[in-house]
Amino acid sequence: MKTVFELSSPGRMGVSLPELDVPAASEIPAFLSREGEGTTGLPEATEGQILRHYVNLSTMNHHVDKGMYPLGSCTMKYNPKLHEDLARIRGLSGIHPLVPSALAAGSLELMYRLGEFLCEITGFKGVSLQPAAGAQGEFCGIMLIKSYHESRGEPHRNEVLMPDSAHGTNPATSTLADCVVVGVESNEYGLVDPEDLRRKAGPNTALFMLTNPNTLGLFESRIEELTSIVHEAGGLNYMDGANMNALLGIAKPGEMGFDVCHLNLHKTFSTPHGGGGPGSGPVACSDELARFLPDPVVILDDDGSFRLRRKQDSFGRLLAFHGNTGVLYKAYAYIRTLGAEGLREVSENALINANYLKAKLGEYFDNPFDNGPCMHEFVLSGDRQAKQGVKTLDIAKRLLDYGFHAPTVYFPLIVHEAMMIEPTETESLEDLDSFVEAMVSIAGEAVEKPYLVTDAPVNTPVLRLDEVKAVKDLCIVEPVKEGGNP
Amino acid sequence: MSRFVPNGPEQREKMFRAIGLEKFEDLLEPVPEKFRLKENLQIPEPLSEFELTLEFEEFARRNTGADLTCFMGAGAYDHFIPAAVDHILLRSEFYTAYTPYQAEVSQGTLQAIFEYQTMIARLTGMEMANACMYDGASAAAEACLMAMRITRKQRVLVAGSLNPRWLDVIRTYLRKEDFEISEIPFLEDGTLDLETAGNLIEGGTAAVLTQYPNYFGLIEDLQPVAELIHECKGLFIVAADPVALPLLRSPGDAGADIVVGEGQSMGIPMSFGGPCVGFMAARTKLARKMPGRIIGRTTDRAGQTGYVLTLQTREQHIRRNKATSNICSNQALMALANTVYLSLMGERGFREISSQCYHKSHYLEKKLLEIHGVSRVFENTPFFREFVISFPVSSIELRDRMIEHGILAGLPVVELEEGAMLITATEKRTRDEIDRYVRAATDICGGGTS
Repeated sequence: MKTVFELSSPGRMGVSLPELDVPAASEIPAFLSREGEGTTGLPEATEGQILRHYVNLSTMNHHVDKGMYPLGSCTMKYNPKLHEDLARIRGLSGIHPLVPSALAAGSLELMYRLGEFLCEITGFKGVSLQPAAGAQGEFCGIMLIKSYHESRGEPHRNEVLMPDSAHGTNPATSTLADCVVVGVESNEYGLVDPEDLRRKAGPNTALFMLTNPNTLGLFESRIEELTSIVHEAGGLNYMDGANMNALLGIAKPGEMGFDVCHLNLHKTFSTPHGGGGPGSGPVACSDELARFLPDPVVILDDDGSFRLRRKQDSFGRLLAFHGNTGVLYKAYAYIRTLGAEGLREVSENALINANYLKAKLGEYFDNPFDNGPCMHEFVLSGDRQAKQGVKTLDIAKRLLDYGFHAPTVYFPLIVHEAMMIEPTETESLEDLDSFVEAMVSIAGEAVEKPYLVTDAPVNTPVLRLDEVKAVKDLCIVEPVKEGGNP
Repeated sequence: MSRFVPNGPEQREKMFRAIGLEKFEDLLEPVPEKFRLKENLQIPEPLSEFELTLEFEEFARRNTGADLTCFMGAGAYDHFIPAAVDHILLRSEFYTAYTPYQAEVSQGTLQAIFEYQTMIARLTGMEMANACMYDGASAAAEACLMAMRITRKQRVLVAGSLNPRWLDVIRTYLRKEDFEISEIPFLEDGTLDLETAGNLIEGGTAAVLTQYPNYFGLIEDLQPVAELIHECKGLFIVAADPVALPLLRSPGDAGADIVVGEGQSMGIPMSFGGPCVGFMAARTKLARKMPGRIIGRTTDRAGQTGYVLTLQTREQHIRRNKATSNICSNQALMALANTVYLSLMGERGFREISSQCYHKSHYLEKKLLEIHGVSRVFENTPFFREFVISFPVSSIELRDRMIEHGILAGLPVVELEEGAMLITATEKRTRDEIDRYVRAATDICGGGTS
């Protein structure tokens, strides 16, 4: 499709603005002004042209409202429409972040109550709603733990233990927080090997970072032993809450020996992914760590009013303001809509849907860690198909032809040709069956007509794209044409 | 059953049979008995759509600050948003999509963000931009880390006239053993102390970061700073206000190597501070050291143009602990808001917005200076849409009393002077509103004009 710049013709405009109604001031001195540099290169087009352009672009996207999105670890569940409207009520969306607290009593009370809900769900005492996404939540969590060690005169503790199945953000965040990663091996059941953890935990351990259920969709059954090993070595335990959709009303991280965890509101709590964000990654923690929480936190004062406050020992600030508030509004709405039983129903159905798919697909694809029930997701291997020349990437692309999004592929790294499948609770049995049908059909194609799979996708707006070329002939902005705008 | 869960007892029975399950609890076998919750969570009873709407309307009513006429800025601004922006954001195709990892079914998001990158690069006068960051402050922090990676130096100099919240974020991100942050002070006129800057900048300086216009709204010449840091082979980072850029010399033209900023002003409501969106632009030769996602143009098997996530080997899901950043989810939908906003505004519209901000805040400043006892805090330095003046009364008291007049007067900056207030007037403020501000402030300051 043409770019928006190609719609441009001098003199067109997509807005109508009022005339300046005050006397003009003297102009900006020439040496500070843009004069002489030419234009800003923004397109000139009418409102109708621009709407048509972006609506046409939008039709080239797969999205949750169109079809299933079985992306493991991403929890692509349905996003309630009402919540979009609620977050846009003018009193909530039109308020400046630095007004005195008394003038934002509604937003602050909502945030305070959301914090309480998240503490109840996770079994923790303190919470920060500031982190903009899961990865920033991880950073927040490690900073809390580092502050804790520093306060106890152990600033040298800088090792983050994590299993080889960890999300990529875990090691990247550890580096950002000036820590080093120490890998812990998984055993033949796909669970953390306690013996290896024991060998690696020691006087330099800052924390153990674990996703539970882990990235194979398996609950770490020996969790108590694992967290105790780390505590005995003087370290703390961090739970990556990316997979919290398995545990609502079922179990609490705070009771399993974890000291801190983050949640992804854009996964577990139904706020939309927006094509890559905004998310929100609140962090809940034990009482002991709460004094280090980032600036500001929402507190309930003795006089019954809600305020923003900097904790005395706060490690600092993560964003200019208080977090992705608009996302917090939607997560609050979700929890209030479901209540305790509704939340439990979410996780129960997430587990049932995943186990159903696992049972239905087990015959057609390898499952290297099938030792009983999975939680909310599971990981298949495309090894059997790869031996016939059809890679997992091909299967993923072929699924697009069938109208489904692909699973998460080639992750976790400990499974060959991995396909990580998470249906979520909002998929109906009928839709799950359609997905099974598509997967079974592709498994058949891989044997009988493999070219159908390796040539996929063919029913999509574009065919398979050349990623190597994108790197080699790097083109990341529209070039400016000679003599002005394109 | 909630309205979000389609499988009830009938479907469960079928599914249990397929799984070989008797009851749900059997699925919890891997969860040790002692950790299984025996009681319901302590969460209030569910609300219907209608009841929840009433509750939210009550929350909104209690946000009385939203009813005030807003002259407050300091990093979040009350700008006009054309209706069409939200109509695009509310397309399910955009807001319920995931990160565009499967490019063939994500061309909408990918091309829109490619256009975003182009607009940001052009506005800032740079060669390229990434697909966005969380907010301006975290983008500034990531830019400092990026400069340190590129130069292999560990000291960053930050202008003392930078937004203090941004400085806090930078300090958090740079809290590492060998890293050092120093501040360059500003002079009485609010501009950077170039002499001290010259003394502070040395061979070990990775970067200098200045804000443009600075926290007090002042417009400074960037070029001398660029020259100082380039002489020492460091990088020049500019934190720019995009709304000022149609009028001001672009940071790229003045010698910036990395330009970051906050995009909330371009089509995004203030929403009590978030979601915002940070942008980051740079010279192309630095692209491979950049944090965050980058969209690139390529072709498909039939030779048609298409877009993909590119230079992914910088990113956490590939490079893990060697990644340029840990960022994964960014603020993509907000970047889309910027893109649609800038398309609608276009060349002339955005320039008009910029120009009206400039003239309206100057009109407000001029009128306020006529009040007896009101003075400028920074003499003779040009400003854009934000300025600091000193009232003859405490600025906190003035702010509180202005609220009674329905006006959010600005942000008290008592660290400068007791009467100092940081005030902004965007294009949305009408002459009538500005005049009301001046009348109310005149009354509170004792009624006289000089």
